[in-house]
Amino acid sequence: MRWLLLKDLRILRRSPLLVALLVLYPIVIATLIGFALSRGPDKPKVALVNLVPESATQIELGGERIDVTRQAGPLFRAIDPVRAKTRAEAIEKVRSGDVLGALIIPEDTTRKLQTGLEPATVEVFYNAEDPVKARFVRDTIKSQVQDANTALTKKFSEIALQFLELISTGGEYDFLGREFDVLGLQRSEQILRGVVSDLPPGSRARTQVESVIGFAKLARDNLGFSDDVLSSVGSPIRVKQSQLDGDATPLSSFAVALAGAISLMFITLLLAAGALALEREENVFPRLVRGLVSPTGLLLEKAVLAAVCSAVVCMLMLAGLGLFVDLRWERAGLWAGAVVAGALAFAALGLAIGAVTREVRAASLMCVMLSLPLTFLALVPSGSVSPVLFDVIRAISAAFPFKPTLNALDAAMNDNGALWAPVGHLAAQFAGFAAVSRLAMRRFSS
Amino acid sequence: MQRVGDPATAASRDTPIAVGAAVVEATGLNKSFRDRAALRDVSLTAHRGELVAIIGPNGAGKTTLLSILAGIQQPDSGTVSRAPGEVGWVPQQAAVYGKLTVSENLRLFARLERVADVDAEVAKMLALTGLGDRAGDPVGVLSGGNRQRVNIAIGLLGGQPVLLLDEPSAALDPRQRERVWEFVLALAAEGTSVVYSTHDIQEAERHAERVLVLADGELIFTGSPCELEAAVEKDPQAGATSSGDFERAFVAYLRQRGH
Repeated sequence: MRWLLLKDLRILRRSPLLVALLVLYPIVIATLIGFALSRGPDKPKVALVNLVPESATQIELGGERIDVTRQAGPLFRAIDPVRAKTRAEAIEKVRSGDVLGALIIPEDTTRKLQTGLEPATVEVFYNAEDPVKARFVRDTIKSQVQDANTALTKKFSEIALQFLELISTGGEYDFLGREFDVLGLQRSEQILRGVVSDLPPGSRARTQVESVIGFAKLARDNLGFSDDVLSSVGSPIRVKQSQLDGDATPLSSFAVALAGAISLMFITLLLAAGALALEREENVFPRLVRGLVSPTGLLLEKAVLAAVCSAVVCMLMLAGLGLFVDLRWERAGLWAGAVVAGALAFAALGLAIGAVTREVRAASLMCVMLSLPLTFLALVPSGSVSPVLFDVIRAISAAFPFKPTLNALDAAMNDNGALWAPVGHLAAQFAGFAAVSRLAMRRFSS
Repeated sequence: MQRVGDPATAASRDTPIAVGAAVVEATGLNKSFRDRAALRDVSLTAHRGELVAIIGPNGAGKTTLLSILAGIQQPDSGTVSRAPGEVGWVPQQAAVYGKLTVSENLRLFARLERVADVDAEVAKMLALTGLGDRAGDPVGVLSGGNRQRVNIAIGLLGGQPVLLLDEPSAALDPRQRERVWEFVLALAAEGTSVVYSTHDIQEAERHAERVLVLADGELIFTGSPCELEAAVEKDPQAGATSSGDFERAFVAYLRQRGH
């Protein structure tokens, strides 16, 4: 087996382009997917037309001036605004693809907010040619308009509360530069109590004044609850988040584990399947198994070749990523264990593919065709699809080594769950796929 | 000598050709691929130092028979008796690593064959094949003929007492072919039994002590080339053949047997 291993390494050394592709392709793919997962989407470029005159960006409410543009801040934080002067210009920018969408703020926005007779309406335009982009823009703007609404509602509520406080306790009120002294329910009640003591008991006037005092007290007591009521109106539903399943792995660390699993999968599958299929493609297989090496020995040699090469590349890649992401280096021994377990399981799968396809090109194609869906299926979160479909996805993911390798790497690198469970799963898959490849090799000589 | 085949044995019955003990013996071999019978009840024996040619039309079952004798394929029924590890095999298609050089291929297989002196054996094979000046070239860049020479050299590496050659000279030019045959004949002279298939009827006539004629998976003749010619001359329905024209005799014999 030693001589065959050295022979394969020599052949690899003489195929620098193949080796470069074998190493670089999965690393690039893994890094891209990892970055996409950990960074999230960038701000969408949105054409913004603010038709509200500079002089009318503020509304006056209860004597207080509110700058509407400041309250709409959340909306602008979520997008990358591209200023446009007119509505037509903004729509043209969407049509030409310069921006993903357009947001038009009509000139009567502050007037409508000021009067409160009808809601102010902003217009959103987006290009629906790409449904994913369209949904992204639509959802982003909708959610951010909701945030802006909430911010404005909160401000309105604060002012309303000041008014209610003034009505309840009375005090000075400034309106258009003139100051007014508001009596308030509390002082009204005090005055009326002074008056009622001068009225004869049982008189009709006393009874009437006492009922007014009662009303003032009741009104003041109930206004005391108004701050709670108004804050509920501003945010009737609040979110309290509790994590039930899985530990809290930082997204960047999970992305590194994902990148490792993807690299390991591509390199091991392609190497194992290609190396085995090459023995048949070069017509050497019958010559080898005529007593020079047993079929099982040949499979073992290919598994060792693929697993060792891919494990080394994977560990180097993880170490490289560790320069940019905080990794728990004290667990490096566990990483290596998870990487080796995954590499062996992938090697067995690769051998099965090589034995079934019997051609290097067909084997390579099948490896790629299998790898990409396995990656995406393993990342489908529960609840995002129907329960039946999710069960099917979970069963498919469990039948192949990608998901268990990802779980093993996540457990080893981020202490997320027990390591033995995915490693045991991978060991079972190694045995299963090795048996399949040994059976499929019966057709190798024909 | 053991004779194989039914009508054919009559022709060679009185002429013992081979010498030495039987080194490969096959009895009642049958092999089918799906519903196509590749071999039908084929039996043969090769003796020590004997040169046996297997000839026949395309698809006659020559490669299948040699593969079964070499242990590459298993027959559906029948038995093959041979000493384990004592049969060298040269497949029809070159079984070599294109990315390795000529000497690396030879060295790898010499090590796998557990040859005692690898360097000496590699040097010997390079001299035999005349590829000493191409020893450092990757096999993938060699011509088809040179690749076949490497293929043959690898098959000869173990120095086994029986050598099975499947169309060994198919891709060689006359000079290379002559060189290979010189070596094979020298091996046979030293006691190596050589069983080879060929499409070159003259090659069978020149080198073989005994020819086996396969047609549609059936062994229809076994005997010396002269006996094949004689069998045709005796049959007036086989058509005219001029004495000494072995190729015409072979074609006439096939026609006579309905192939």
